[in-house]
Amino acid sequence: MRFFLMTLFAAITVALIVILNSTSVLPAPLGKLMSPQHGVWQNADPFDMDYNATLSFTQLKDKASVYLDERLVPHIFAQNDEDAFFIQGYLHAKFRLWQMEFQARAASGRLSEIVGEQAISYDRDKRRLGMVYAAENSLKELEKDPAVHAAYDSYTAGVNTYIASLTDRSMPLEYKIMGYKPEKWNNLKSALFLKFMSLDLAGFENDFEMTNAKSIFSKDQFEKLFPIAMDSLDPIIPKGTSFDPPAAELKIPVTADSLYFNYKSTNHITEQKPDKDNGSNNWAVSGTKTQSGYPILCNDPHLGLNLPSLWYEIQIHTPEYNAYGVSFPGAPCVIIGFNDSIAFGFTNAMRDVRDYYEVKFKDESRKEYWFDSAWHPTTFRIEKIAVKGQPDYLDTVAYTHIGPVMYDKSYTGNRNTGNKNYAVRWKAHDPSNDGKAFYMLDRAKNYEDYLEAIKNLHTPGQNCVFSSKAGDIAIWAQGEFPAKWRRQGDFIMEGNNSDYFWQYQIPQAENPHQVNPERGFVSSANQLPTDTTYPYYLGGNYPPYRGFEINRRLRAMQQITPDDMMKLQTDNYNIFGEIAAPELVSRIHEATLDPTERKYFQMLKDWDYINAPNSTGCTVFVNVWDEFEKGVFSDEFDASGVKLPWPHESTLIDIIKRKDSSFKFFDDITTPETETLEDIVLRSFKKTVPTLVDLEKNNKLEWAKFKDTKVLHLARLDALSSLHLDNGGGEHVINATKAQHGPSWRMVVQMSPETEAYGVYPGGQSGNPGSRYYDNFVSHWTKGEYYRLWVMKQEDAAGSMVKYKMEFSPSAK
Amino acid sequence: MKFISSLLLIALLSYVLGMFLPWWTIAIAAFVVCWLIPQRGFVSFLTGFLAIFLLWGIMSFMISAANHDILAHRVSELILKKDNPTMLILLTGLLGGLVAGFAALSGSFAHKKLKKR
Repeated sequence: MRFFLMTLFAAITVALIVILNSTSVLPAPLGKLMSPQHGVWQNADPFDMDYNATLSFTQLKDKASVYLDERLVPHIFAQNDEDAFFIQGYLHAKFRLWQMEFQARAASGRLSEIVGEQAISYDRDKRRLGMVYAAENSLKELEKDPAVHAAYDSYTAGVNTYIASLTDRSMPLEYKIMGYKPEKWNNLKSALFLKFMSLDLAGFENDFEMTNAKSIFSKDQFEKLFPIAMDSLDPIIPKGTSFDPPAAELKIPVTADSLYFNYKSTNHITEQKPDKDNGSNNWAVSGTKTQSGYPILCNDPHLGLNLPSLWYEIQIHTPEYNAYGVSFPGAPCVIIGFNDSIAFGFTNAMRDVRDYYEVKFKDESRKEYWFDSAWHPTTFRIEKIAVKGQPDYLDTVAYTHIGPVMYDKSYTGNRNTGNKNYAVRWKAHDPSNDGKAFYMLDRAKNYEDYLEAIKNLHTPGQNCVFSSKAGDIAIWAQGEFPAKWRRQGDFIMEGNNSDYFWQYQIPQAENPHQVNPERGFVSSANQLPTDTTYPYYLGGNYPPYRGFEINRRLRAMQQITPDDMMKLQTDNYNIFGEIAAPELVSRIHEATLDPTERKYFQMLKDWDYINAPNSTGCTVFVNVWDEFEKGVFSDEFDASGVKLPWPHESTLIDIIKRKDSSFKFFDDITTPETETLEDIVLRSFKKTVPTLVDLEKNNKLEWAKFKDTKVLHLARLDALSSLHLDNGGGEHVINATKAQHGPSWRMVVQMSPETEAYGVYPGGQSGNPGSRYYDNFVSHWTKGEYYRLWVMKQEDAAGSMVKYKMEFSPSAK
Repeated sequence: MKFISSLLLIALLSYVLGMFLPWWTIAIAAFVVCWLIPQRGFVSFLTGFLAIFLLWGIMSFMISAANHDILAHRVSELILKKDNPTMLILLTGLLGGLVAGFAALSGSFAHKKLKKR
């Protein structure tokens, strides 16, 4: 009996241990996770954690020091490049390892390995787009450059040195929760991260939806819905600038009219897309417009708002240079920032560098494809996708000389691809050493150095703003962009011959740019870089309003101070509201409204066009406008039965303002009557009121509560996120803070002899959710406040600004 | 007396083993101590349970206090779907206590079996 009982209780014990040590019964290994000596409690950094350290590594050439200030920003003082990058890698890993690895995994389509089969479609998309292929091409290029190669090697060594020091207990929290371990870092992962940024910034296109739209609508109506110019455009390079004729005449294919513009074919592909509003603001004002007489440069890149943050603040000081700014955990160098001579920042150039070609295979085997009247062999890349808890998923991707065949019979998912095959031509596949741009910018001394540096930037194309202590300001819409004829690549193209190929790249010198202009400022906010006199086709996916407003403000400003610039970056004025709200208000007759409707109409009428956190008028406007757009387009779009691109807001308002009577979409085709613009506005308003009543009942009528901004953990775990932030701003607003997207780093730099810089990002220096430094900048950012950026000098080492010191020294091999 | 000394011994042994070995060594500690120091079945369960409930509870409480409960707020939200650091600390103690309790119980029966022989 006793033996039986002993066995029984021993069995219970073992069973408990097995259950609590695995995910076989519970969703998490709770015993392992909760053990104070092993699990997540180990990640609870003491509030007064001591970051002082003395470290020695064989890879270091010389002594180096890292001084951490009260915000945990590291100030690296190293004697040479290699040591500086080794330490940068070490620090990135120490504070952000899980994020770095997760992003590299996401970039290469390896999420299924850690989260299971729900990520297979995400992974296949990245594999079939050729993300790894692109990173490999870029790595080859990078390795040809000895200085940059050495920088990446040192960075990688630093990351791996930190990884080697980790134990199961000291592993970042997310590894414990998700149950996997970090791999060794390598240069390819850094390259992958940069390609991830390319995908985010230069991956957007809607060729398939546009192809559908082209076959549904008449040419006239199509051009009205998807124009390539906006009325409120104030381009980056002011209107009236003259441009040289194109480098070479672009040959429009002879079949274009019959096969391309009029060829009716629809498809049902819905692509995985980056946020269409990935964008940013940047500008620089010259000393003639500032109080101090020195230029001021400003930048706020708008990206997905995540924790841990995309950015990690850092100062890198070597005998050669002294750079301060934000870096990407996952890659060496300062990416947006300044040094003792110049400052630099970026907004996305928004150019379409991803096009699709229809390819014809000889047979099911996909071994040969038809091109120039002959069969050519494809090459295959076998993508092995490891899936957690399941056998590997094998995906064979055919490569033609156009690029990988992203969509074919084997990649259907839920999509109806018919029997067609589409190869993707993406600029990010081409070899380029984009990382070198930042390497050179960090040490650039003047305009010429800046220009040499940004020439390395091929994809993603960026509007690179510049200012220097010498007093220069400049902007270049830089990238390697294909020279396109009008509408080339807006639709799916014929891949049977080279007629529809990109014919050449626009010569770098012809990229739109502006140096020390008369008006005393340069700016960009993702609007079109030029007007239509630019000799190359630019596409039509550019938001005009932020740029318009920034230019209007900057023109009016004099005696500018850094404080004025911070106010401008966080400004909540909605220029689109200024244009559109009166168009709605003037078409609603108060007499036709009931008392409830009248109440909300009053809010709309009283709105001051400011997206303030407590504005109710803004919430009413946004909801009515959305309903109005649906009222205009949904009937025709739904009837088409295919997926169509939604027209830009600027398109609709331009049509209304122009009183364009040939615009056919105001009539609701589902009713026998012929509706007018007025009918639809009134109907949309009335239809929105119940929603507004509901919102008010739930205390969500105030703009910030309705918008509900959050900074979301990368693995989408709410518990590790910052939720319900009291943010104003939004789309079309300089403070472009939306629900989970917005100014990911705000920076203002005055180029005075002693640089005066301010910055803030919605996150914190530590990636550990158990650290007080995880999200400690978020409330500052939400309030529109900035930190003074402290450019440390060697003599400050003993000062009170230094909170912790990490001593690095070489150790004997 | 036996109860107190067993309890302290289990806690101490678990703490020391836990510094080098996996978390489930608490079961070994509880089993061994209750095997060497015989107590009645239920009492031995209580000894093991309380030893680790207190050890894990107190340790996590101290860690969390030093951390101003930052982690506990987040992890309780994640695991318990409830923002409650105290509950997370109690859960920690309970999980460890259960494992150690059953290990202690089987340890006590092992002792009686051997003595009989």
